[in-house]
Amino acid sequence: MIPTVPQPAFAKWCYRAYVTAFFVYLALPLTVVCVFAFNNSVFPSLPWEGFTLAWFFGTETPFIGVFHERAIIRSIGTSAFVAMWVSGLAVAVGTCNAFLFVRHDFRGKGLLYMLMLLPLIIPGVILGISILVFSSSVANTLEDATGLWFDGLRPGLILVILGQFSFITTFATLVISARLQKFDPSLEEAALNLGASKWGAIRQITLPFLLPAIVASAVVSVLMSFENFNTTLMLVGSDSPLTITMFDKLKQGSTPVLNAVSLLLIMISAALGMMSLLFQSRKR
Amino acid sequence: MVSDTSRLGFYLLLAPILLWLIVLIILPHIGLFIVSISEKIGPREYETGFDNYAAFFTEPLYWRTFARTAIMSILATALTLILGFPIAYYIAKLTRGRTKTTLFLMCMIPFWVSELVRTFGWMILLRETGVISNALQYLGLIDGPVEMLYNDAAIMVGLVYTSILFMVVPLVTTLDSLDDSLIEAGYDLGGTSTSIMREIVIPHAMPGIVSGCIVVFMLSLGNYLTPILLGGKDSLWFTGMIYTQFITRFNWELGSAFGFLLLALSSLVVFAGLKLSRQSLTETMGRT
Repeated sequence: MIPTVPQPAFAKWCYRAYVTAFFVYLALPLTVVCVFAFNNSVFPSLPWEGFTLAWFFGTETPFIGVFHERAIIRSIGTSAFVAMWVSGLAVAVGTCNAFLFVRHDFRGKGLLYMLMLLPLIIPGVILGISILVFSSSVANTLEDATGLWFDGLRPGLILVILGQFSFITTFATLVISARLQKFDPSLEEAALNLGASKWGAIRQITLPFLLPAIVASAVVSVLMSFENFNTTLMLVGSDSPLTITMFDKLKQGSTPVLNAVSLLLIMISAALGMMSLLFQSRKR
Repeated sequence: MVSDTSRLGFYLLLAPILLWLIVLIILPHIGLFIVSISEKIGPREYETGFDNYAAFFTEPLYWRTFARTAIMSILATALTLILGFPIAYYIAKLTRGRTKTTLFLMCMIPFWVSELVRTFGWMILLRETGVISNALQYLGLIDGPVEMLYNDAAIMVGLVYTSILFMVVPLVTTLDSLDDSLIEAGYDLGGTSTSIMREIVIPHAMPGIVSGCIVVFMLSLGNYLTPILLGGKDSLWFTGMIYTQFITRFNWELGSAFGFLLLALSSLVVFAGLKLSRQSLTETMGRT
């Protein structure tokens, strides 16, 4: 079953057919989502009523396009706001973690590393409810003690940001650590010999070397934050990010506006995904 | 040796990770456990006890949903492995260079897209007025529209679709590292395709199989979107039950107990998988 060992033509043909069928299975749902964004009908289903761009640019009911649908535009803004914070925080903490794990040896390092990986194996829903329960009890205690209101600890954007940050940081740490491990410390020593300060050497030599990994993990963090559903669902308040808004609309019965948003999302995520791969491949 | 400045630097690096892990991971889970063992006896009055867990075991709907979720997840994992292995083998062993990169990318693209969009795609395909129902009618295979959503098969299709990448990627990585000459040697020594698969390829791919299975099982168990949207109201998925207790019923104590049980099952499977294959969490997760 390798190219150098001949196989019967029939077996080969079957194998190819299976692989083709698999890729059709992969492509099918995304293709129909994209195609029905252009259907001139109020339901995203057959029959095909003709081609239209109304679900993108339309202004008259029921054909209100994405770009004129307030709820969706607002939730895209909310998602972008959350994603920026999550990505910034995750990359900052991830970079610190990378330096800690690659450059320092200390007691309990193995244990700390394992704890750092834990968020990967905690289901998103559980992560969400545990943060919800904890922050609510902290808020209750504080409110009882001080008589003030602590709305930041109630479901809302701050909790959404913290919840997503709590597991996306692990990915950022892994990506940045992998890059830092490949760094040749003698470069930094050379800078120190030439009179650079410790921090100056890190800023001018090490951080530029890490930049591709930092950018790649920032892009992946934005992508993961935009798409996160499980953790967000439990922590969301009145401002809902895009996935939550779409989920609510989907439960009510969908119009092709959702297809149009999905098409835009597919294009943006494919572009961001390619970007992160490009940055990571520049490592070599 | 250790200077004061590097000491300070060390503590500055240690602070963020400790803050993150303690405030957002460890304390919340301890809090979750404490809430799960408290019983409401009056408005804002609680007592410690295991009533919530007892409720889980005495109410058949609860533990049956739990068991159902676990069994369906195991099934989804097995299906993903069976469907994904030939694909991974094809990509790793039967293609080269540019074709290989392209096929690999084609596998990845659907997974950069939000799970919501993917599930929406399946809804358009499977529903009564959907594409597949219409296609079958057009071909004359069925007489009237047929509803393919809102059953277990639809959930399974969605779960496999959502998680197959996490099986294919580790499998491609481990199969890539298998030297072709080992397979050739197997054939030279008179092995058949089946025996070579069983004695050379699968043992070599074992670490990848284990990581893939662990991740897929975890993702299926903790999935909310796919079972709820493709399975409809009667999907009976445990995460759906947790959501109901928390958001609809506002019974946080019972919801926390449910959450803890799900977490326990998920961790148990992860550690059993790692023990069986004698791997550590560090290497398994580092791979994906």
